[in-house]
Amino acid sequence: MKLSPRRRRRIARVAGYVVFGLAILAVVGAADWARLSEAFFRRDVATGMFPEAITIALRNTILYTLMAFVFGLTLGLVLALMRLSSVLPYRWFATAYIELFRGLPALLVLFMVGYGVPLAFPDREIPGGVYGSVTVGLGLTAAAYMAETIRAGIQAVPKGQLEAARTLGMSHTRAMISIVLPQAFRIVIPPLTNEIILLTKDTSLVYVLGVTSTTIELTKFAGDTLNTLVNPTPLVVAGLLYLVITLPLSQLVRGLERRAGRER
Amino acid sequence: MSTIEISDLHKSFGSLEVLRGIDLTVEPGEVVCVIGPSGSGKSTLLRCVNLLEEPTSGSIRVAGVEVTDPDCDIDEVRRGIGMVFQQFNLFGHLTVRENVTIAQRRVLKRGKAEADRIAAANLGRVGLSEKAKAYPAQLSGGQQQRVAIARALAMDPQLMLFDEPTSALDPELVGEVLAVMRGLAAEGMTMLVVTHEMAFAREVASRVVFMDGGVIVEQGPPAEVFGNPREDRTREFLHRVLEPASVSETEIIKIKGETL
Repeated sequence: MKLSPRRRRRIARVAGYVVFGLAILAVVGAADWARLSEAFFRRDVATGMFPEAITIALRNTILYTLMAFVFGLTLGLVLALMRLSSVLPYRWFATAYIELFRGLPALLVLFMVGYGVPLAFPDREIPGGVYGSVTVGLGLTAAAYMAETIRAGIQAVPKGQLEAARTLGMSHTRAMISIVLPQAFRIVIPPLTNEIILLTKDTSLVYVLGVTSTTIELTKFAGDTLNTLVNPTPLVVAGLLYLVITLPLSQLVRGLERRAGRER
Repeated sequence: MSTIEISDLHKSFGSLEVLRGIDLTVEPGEVVCVIGPSGSGKSTLLRCVNLLEEPTSGSIRVAGVEVTDPDCDIDEVRRGIGMVFQQFNLFGHLTVRENVTIAQRRVLKRGKAEADRIAAANLGRVGLSEKAKAYPAQLSGGQQQRVAIARALAMDPQLMLFDEPTSALDPELVGEVLAVMRGLAAEGMTMLVVTHEMAFAREVASRVVFMDGGVIVEQGPPAEVFGNPREDRTREFLHRVLEPASVSETEIIKIKGETL
């Protein structure tokens, strides 16, 4: 029997669905759900984590994220402008900074800030205690990534915009502030939101600085509870709380990208 | 005092010499149209006048101020020179009204009420009063270019530069932009216009300048340049631009042979 192309495509598609469904069923069916749920979904352990899981751990995770983001964004903007500067030493510095901090693990940078800065400046300390160290420690790495994003955004603004602004008598600085940067930031809002999502997850590294019961964040909080109760349910709770932060952000990025697509 | 005085202007991009000794004067109230094949340096010449391109050598004076002097405050000079671009270059994040007021506010330090009033007058002048709240992306090319003209006029320029203002427009939108430019010329605005619109140049220009290969080949009143060109290169260019359908195959082969 000779099949028409349309019939052949339909059979191939159905076969694909069947294989896909079977593969999922095989994995799901093979797992021991009774034991798994007993270990990972214990209601008493989960309820015992509240309200501290939200009032302390989730709150600190959000705080660390926001502070590191603001610090990183500010430094990233400066680095992006240096990278595009006509002054050669500025360009060198920015390039070296970006290559260095993009190449180092965030954990390592956090360690160095936490333990190196007190050694380097014995008479001073970063204001804000752990909060300050986290802001700088995570912000230094985030700045390197954001600098590249912002640079790309500035370069995506057509050269004619700057020319038109200069032609109207604006200085270079005025033209950047009033004309180029507002348009560049519109372009980079989706990638910068991704940056916040990555930062949110990087706050799980904060434990290396030795956090206390008031400065604890989600991952460390879950880990401590796990050690005390010898039950992994806290990991699930922490995971869900991370998703409470990151899923709306992902949704936001998608919405922004759709809007940007429409405007173009 | 002449509005523009250019003498022995040279401009190179790397090893490519685009302008090879230009002398040109524009008197107040004159409309000078620069025509010529692409790559002849007309746009570069225009962009040198307000220093968007840095001349390699030579001097340019605008209303008596030597813009090529390193001590010249170019931002100050540019306030008096309006410029209209081929790609419009409206500020995409601002409304039409904000496009026309931002430089008035930030550069001329005019108050909001005054800037709005001047914006409204200039938008009315180009026939776009009702579009003040629109964003550039919502306008047609012809409307965008008219806003760009209003934006330049709001700075009270004593000279307007037009860099192929209709080249990026759909054919049916060219007329509305040319009409605004014709009105400006009639009011006595000093204009330097790089254009491919030969009918506009013939009708509106007080003088036509033909450029080729980085030099001014000939210039004169439009009736002379179009009606009785002195130079062969001018004649050949006009033939190709004005009667494109009658360019014969033998001419193309001849020209190819020249460039090879």
